[in-house]
Amino acid sequence: MTAEAALGTTTATSAADAAAGSGTGMILSARAVTKRFGGLVAVRAVDFEIPRGSIVSLIGPNGAGKTTFFNIIAGLTEPTEGVIEFQEATIVARPVRAWAEPILWFALPAVTAVIAALALLAGISAVADVLVGLTAVVLVGSLLIAVIRPRWYLNLLPRFGIFRSARPNDIVTFGIGRTFQNIRLFANMTSLENVLVGMHSRMHATLPDAALRLRRHRDEERTSRVKAREWLAYVGLKGRDDIAARNLPYGDQRRLEIARALASEPKLLLLDEPTAGMNPVETTQMTALIGKIRTELGITILLIEHDMRVVMGVSDRVTVLDHGEKIAEGTPEVVRADPKVIEAYLGAPTA
Amino acid sequence: MTATSTVPPRRPSPIGRIRAFFGGHQSLAIIAGAAVVLLVLPQIALLPPFSGFGTQKDWVGGFSNAGVFVLLAVGLNVVVGLAGLLDLGYAAFFAIGAYTYAYGASPFLNLHIPFWIMLIVGAAVAAAFGILLGAPTLRLRGDYLAIVTLGFGEIVPVVILNANNYTNGTNGITGLAQPSAYGLFGVDGFGFSNPWPYFVTVVGIVMVTMILLYRLQDSRLGRAWVAIREDELAAASMGINTVTTKLLAFSIGATTSGLAGVFYASKLGVVTPDQFGFTVSFTALAMVVLGGMGNTLGVAAGAFVIYEIQSTGLKQLGQVVQSLHLPVVALGPIKVDIGSINFINYQYLLYGLALVGMMLLRPEGLFPSRRRRQELHEDTDEVAEFKSAETLEAIDR
Amino acid sequence: MTAEATALSGPRFPVARLRGPLILLLVILASYAVIAFGAGEQAPAQFINAVTIGALYALIALGYTMVYGIIELINFAHGEIFMCGSFVSWSVITTMGITGAITDIPRLVIVLVVVFLISMLVMGVVGVIIERFAYRRLRNAPRLAPLITAIGVSFILQNIISVGISNSVVTIPQLIPNTKLDFGVFSISVINVFVIALALALMVALHLFITQTRLGTAMRSTAMDREAAQLMGVNINTTIAITFFIGSALAGAAGVVQGLYIGVTVFNIGFNYGLKAFTAAVLGGIGNTTGAVLGGFVIGFLEVISQVYGYANWSEAVVFGALVAVLIFRPTGILGQQLADRA
Repeated sequence: MTAEAALGTTTATSAADAAAGSGTGMILSARAVTKRFGGLVAVRAVDFEIPRGSIVSLIGPNGAGKTTFFNIIAGLTEPTEGVIEFQEATIVARPVRAWAEPILWFALPAVTAVIAALALLAGISAVADVLVGLTAVVLVGSLLIAVIRPRWYLNLLPRFGIFRSARPNDIVTFGIGRTFQNIRLFANMTSLENVLVGMHSRMHATLPDAALRLRRHRDEERTSRVKAREWLAYVGLKGRDDIAARNLPYGDQRRLEIARALASEPKLLLLDEPTAGMNPVETTQMTALIGKIRTELGITILLIEHDMRVVMGVSDRVTVLDHGEKIAEGTPEVVRADPKVIEAYLGAPTA
Repeated sequence: MTATSTVPPRRPSPIGRIRAFFGGHQSLAIIAGAAVVLLVLPQIALLPPFSGFGTQKDWVGGFSNAGVFVLLAVGLNVVVGLAGLLDLGYAAFFAIGAYTYAYGASPFLNLHIPFWIMLIVGAAVAAAFGILLGAPTLRLRGDYLAIVTLGFGEIVPVVILNANNYTNGTNGITGLAQPSAYGLFGVDGFGFSNPWPYFVTVVGIVMVTMILLYRLQDSRLGRAWVAIREDELAAASMGINTVTTKLLAFSIGATTSGLAGVFYASKLGVVTPDQFGFTVSFTALAMVVLGGMGNTLGVAAGAFVIYEIQSTGLKQLGQVVQSLHLPVVALGPIKVDIGSINFINYQYLLYGLALVGMMLLRPEGLFPSRRRRQELHEDTDEVAEFKSAETLEAIDR
Repeated sequence: MTAEATALSGPRFPVARLRGPLILLLVILASYAVIAFGAGEQAPAQFINAVTIGALYALIALGYTMVYGIIELINFAHGEIFMCGSFVSWSVITTMGITGAITDIPRLVIVLVVVFLISMLVMGVVGVIIERFAYRRLRNAPRLAPLITAIGVSFILQNIISVGISNSVVTIPQLIPNTKLDFGVFSISVINVFVIALALALMVALHLFITQTRLGTAMRSTAMDREAAQLMGVNINTTIAITFFIGSALAGAAGVVQGLYIGVTVFNIGFNYGLKAFTAAVLGGIGNTTGAVLGGFVIGFLEVISQVYGYANWSEAVVFGALVAVLIFRPTGILGQQLADRA
């Protein structure tokens, strides 16, 4: 029941996932997540869990902090407090010992600089010259590593007790995909190209492969295009491959965003107001698509929604945020009747 | 759901078919183009009125110099046109390539590494500097990025000028070795008096570079560049490592510039810091913008045309106007003697006018890629169902 | 929001508001110390030199920062406007037949007024014309287009001067006599006094204009949110035109100062001065007029300090290095951005 099974292909991550098993059954768990922007608290101590294979909705009045919460999960903002775990691995958290990083960068150059200084004092100028040059090279190298942050460097940090949240592109590789509240398609690229970009993290041909047009590159491009077309057909955009994204009708643009997110073969899909601006017919279609994604592809879905029909119709569970705090959580029926929720949306009853 | 067209499909004309074929097989198109340039261009130099401007040898020498700028423009196109990173200091890598050759093939360090190897060395050094100078710019937005790269473009020549012990300062490094073909095709050392070996070499370098660049453009990396240009945040959210992608753009652009630098140094025989100022960066940028950003072939053509106008066209225009004997015009302290206008003095005025005019009237350049034209005319309502010749058939290139 | 918080909960002394001037004071003291260390006896003279040059850069930087604040465009041609201003002043002076310093004070005042007025007016108008014809249509175009246009305009201006007037160094008769005012420990030339006083006066006038007048408020609101300002009845085109006029007029004034203080000009000084002034604007916080002033003085000090320590050739590299460092580590500049939030 995975994306791979549906499309008949495999990726490197699926084996690891299968081996990881289901653990506590929670694909994502957030603990005490808080986000402060200067004096404003956008998200306040939110605890949140998403069971694997479920559809969870996050609702609340405008400005409740829902999209901020999404952005934290997706790695676009670092939380001021709290931890988010995905498939039992911490992916996002308040930076720990961030101050120690610069020490790491300058440690080695500092050492060579000191030795160079000693050599200078001792009068061995030839060695000193070499060491000064070495210091410069090591310094530049360290700074480059600081900027580029390659995978091996990121894996090294925990050994020093340093934690930095994963960057958005790494979070995609881990298996979280997302759409945006205000559609952010690549406007001047075609539908097909948009989906191909979505597949970026799952393609492995290297630069030399592409430059020399080796078999690995050609085959991967061919299969990718086939897969991309399949994703487009899956969301209902069959035959619209070559239309520039900005020329698609609104409803199709939303579908394209979903196809693009699906293309990264996520385990968890974050949908930010997928039915915003849609008429009832389109809304019903979108709701069906969301259900289909969970049932056929086994993808867990976290939904931000304002349309209560969608929320009630498709969610297994609903969480309500207001002014950054979780005020209710439970099945759709329970939440709907909760007086705190009603008050948040409609205001307190006048005495 | 499918939008079936009710308009009957047009039968493609022969020209359309040739275009489609070459569109689908970029490498062949480039090789064919290179062959045309090699064989046909020198012949055109023998025809009037071109024959009146100079001997074929002069022309061919000029073509080689044009080739340097074609390389620069094509490389800058990767940074500015494809990845959308406004680099105003591109000459820095040109200088680095040239000085690398100077270090490797002159009496200065007493090294005499062959030109062909230096091409690779120079490219590698320039690539490294591309990463180095690109790294600080990664978090900067468009305008600031431009200014920082401009700053680097100024710093590099200043450093070269002042670090006398390492670079010989204003006097530069002289006595650069010339390439040698080691007897292939009957050619040994290239020599200053024979322009043909240089011409063939630069066409070869340009050809290989363009083929490689086209292939990169039609790959995962090329799409990543376009995605970053469109919406960097969304691109990162789709799994693109914006840091490495941008650094690759800088690095690859720098490599091309480095190649140009090595070739240029070997042809000139001497390198001095004043050869690598803002005018070079600006000229390359003008060529990219006027030629058609994002379209490698368009940029190459534009670069060639602009270079020829600059080196020969303006002089000829001046001679033509001189023969017309026009009157003198005086505006206060500014006196303009139209009859004796030396158009070469005005070339930057013309550049400036051309650029301003272009940006106002046709910002996508003379030969834009379809995507770029679409980007820059967002207010038009054309349904751009552009065919995926640029995408689908790319697999076979 | 944070400013509010500090004002409510912070000390009585309005630290937040006076941040700019306080930092400026700090910079001045630190720079004097550095210069004194390197120049010894020469220190006072060099210090005054630095302040004067800083004032010059500040005048140019103001134009950059105002234009960037209101339409987010780095006006590459601004340095050339300064250069043209210097040539206009040369033009006026030579047309009036003046060949050297004027000792008759009333006459000096009149000539100065005339030269400044004409230069500032002409350059102001040129700035408005450039905006109208080269930049206006590109207001909503992708960033690259107006940037390239600006570079194009800068080349056009350079070329007009280099071919129309001269392509080598032009001497401008220095109007103000080089009388020294002796204060025992140090002596300062009247020229310095005049330039610094004038620059300060212009900056104060600008500050008052921006904060106290309707037009100034229109400028600030347009800078923060163009659409909202339009909806509130602000005429955007006029407001932007006025911004360009003022910025260019200030650059024109700087051009006159170049003639008064340095006495020479060349068609290609615009590039160099422009880049340094832009660095100053960014250093202080682009979009922030106080920042531009602060930045101008910082750059002036950096340049003179490089000279004092014998690294004159490297002063360019030092300044650009400062620019790169600021943009990487503190892109909002020393005083941060006064104007809109960049999402």
